[in-house]
Amino acid sequence: MNAIDKTIFDAADTELLRFTTAGSVDDGKSTLIGRLLVDTKGVFEDQLDAAKSVEEKKGAKGAHLALLTDGLQAEREQGITIDVAYRYFATPKRKFIIADTPGHEQYTRNMVTGASTAHLAIILIDARKGVLTQSRRHAYISRLLGIPHIVVAINKMDLVDYAQEVFEQIRRDFSEFYSKLGLAGGDITFIPISALEGDMVVERGDKMPWYQGKTLLGKLESAPVTGKINAEDFRFPVQLVSRPQTEELHDFRGYMGRIESGSCRVGDAVTVLPSGLTSRIKEIVTWEGSLQEAFAPMSVTLTLEDERDISRGDMIVHSDNQPRVAKEFDAMLCWMHETPLQPGKKYLIKHATSTVKVMVSALSHRVDINTLEHLPDPGELKMNEIGKVSLKLLKPMACDPYRDNRATGGFIVIDDFTNQTVGAGMIE
Amino acid sequence: MTVGSLTHLQTLEAESIHIMREVVAEFRNPVMLYSVGKDSSVMLHLARKAFAPGPLPFSLLHVDTGYKFKEMYEFRDWYAKEIGAKLIVYRNEEAIAAGAHPLKLGVARCCGALKTKALLDALAAGGYDAAMGGARRDEERSRAKERIFSFRDEFGQWDPKSQRPELWDLYNCRIHEGESIRVFPISNWTEMDIWQYIKLENIPIVPLYYAKERPMVKRGTMLIPADDAGNLKPGEVAENVLCRFRTLGCSPCTGAVYSSADNIDDIVAESAIATRSERETRIIDHGSNSMEDKKKEGYF
Repeated sequence: MNAIDKTIFDAADTELLRFTTAGSVDDGKSTLIGRLLVDTKGVFEDQLDAAKSVEEKKGAKGAHLALLTDGLQAEREQGITIDVAYRYFATPKRKFIIADTPGHEQYTRNMVTGASTAHLAIILIDARKGVLTQSRRHAYISRLLGIPHIVVAINKMDLVDYAQEVFEQIRRDFSEFYSKLGLAGGDITFIPISALEGDMVVERGDKMPWYQGKTLLGKLESAPVTGKINAEDFRFPVQLVSRPQTEELHDFRGYMGRIESGSCRVGDAVTVLPSGLTSRIKEIVTWEGSLQEAFAPMSVTLTLEDERDISRGDMIVHSDNQPRVAKEFDAMLCWMHETPLQPGKKYLIKHATSTVKVMVSALSHRVDINTLEHLPDPGELKMNEIGKVSLKLLKPMACDPYRDNRATGGFIVIDDFTNQTVGAGMIE
Repeated sequence: MTVGSLTHLQTLEAESIHIMREVVAEFRNPVMLYSVGKDSSVMLHLARKAFAPGPLPFSLLHVDTGYKFKEMYEFRDWYAKEIGAKLIVYRNEEAIAAGAHPLKLGVARCCGALKTKALLDALAAGGYDAAMGGARRDEERSRAKERIFSFRDEFGQWDPKSQRPELWDLYNCRIHEGESIRVFPISNWTEMDIWQYIKLENIPIVPLYYAKERPMVKRGTMLIPADDAGNLKPGEVAENVLCRFRTLGCSPCTGAVYSSADNIDDIVAESAIATRSERETRIIDHGSNSMEDKKKEGYF
């Protein structure tokens, strides 16, 4: 074992970063993921050997990198990617989870899914092709889903002689488009790479001395992971009420859940929504014992000073920092099912820990995600389309705008007849 | 611990606890599949944390083939009693009585009868609408594509092409009568995370994971346990080998690795520099009948 290996894995206290990769097979997305896995030793020899033996049969140079991420039989047979896959690797600084989403069919649905939990998105651009329609689509979805960090990786630099002018031109084109998105904020970084040769992915290489920024891995290791979570607003959706009613605990009544954002302390004045009941935090209970303070994304159990009628679906918040409680709201909706969204139809939504019946009262426009144009009165929303809807809820719900709080602003739409997940929404 | 930052293990722990609480809140009759291995041990430990100070709000279900290692049965019975869990053991008695064995039926048919069919029968017998299992996405490529809440039709089958989209931490738990959901609370844990967590939390595990001299037979690159004469093919001879198991399954089909790691620190260090994947020692993952095929049929 060398010194580096030892420090890598003795560290049980590294942070976790989730990122998503956007790009089609042609952009070298699978090759890039393979490169990251191989150069960080996130892949075992037997898996690498298996991929290399397939490469020999196919005779394509570097194909083993892409083959490492091959999934299901149908995908291998048809050479396509069906669905979101999750990959894992670690460095001495961090653990990483990649949501690997395919580039073509059902693209929007899968990319939205992968983006929903990501701290960072890598948008891949082929240096020979420059900014394409799909690059715009990737940027739009990344911003819509509120991913705090965006890395534009300009790939295949080896095929353009590692030319700085090519990189700079793409950077200008992308920046111009990006500034038009109207979705303010966020951190954006441009990195020239060759996934096939490895330049600027994990190792710097010696082909692009003109680029002084971090390598792709360097960026992945340094982007703040706390950026995904709203640190200000304490939001605690109640998952479950714990009443063990055992001899020692016959009066215990605890509210189990995960702190979705912010933090809380014993003694804090809290309000339960939507009812508006108030109390104070008496105890923060965990397996390890009681805490004085807890913060997102910890899973804890709260007890309150007063006996209150609280159940799953309620949200406990600080009395001096409350979200809105609404029976109607507008949202951006991504449709995910073959049967289109029909205005006027009733659906279920699951938001935090509550499931509520809703009616789609209006579908005001559809966004052409290639041009970002708003198309008014589309009539319906088909699979992989994104549009703005107005929803009426059967009962009031505590929620925040998605741009302020991903956990209390996002919801899924469920068809209550088929039970399918048919859409994903972001409250405005 | 400072406000605003959790370690990767604390983040994974919080996620797993959130998942298990969703299961208990949303399903009528959930159960936890307990295979006695290291991943099950971590999942069970997380479940105890999730519902503390209360007791576990579900039973443990061990789908037993009769071919597990003696140490696994001893550990299972001791540990369930130690933590006060309700343990249900289910076996396909008909197939066991008929002498099902991988050397006789072939691995695929033996697994089909003793594991897949037994699991589906056990879930039907218990009327469970959700079954939590300790599978991890880093284990095998078809598992990398499975949802945390994985829908199964009334035949218990997985259709990888029509999985429900899974966004944020919002899990769609709705099913019709007869359908069910398999839930994988430790989906996002890697083998390394598991070992680090076992070390950090002092979680008891079956002694087979620790290196010791054991009677083994060398078959190709595999080290197969020879404590049961039934595991030997004609002409094979057992010898004592210093080894340990990285994963545990049925004794005829689970290989060991050469190792002198007889404590958790050495195992963590050894896992850190391992160059071969842990599932390489599992005979069921190889050959024409892949994990994907078995999962489609209802395998865990």
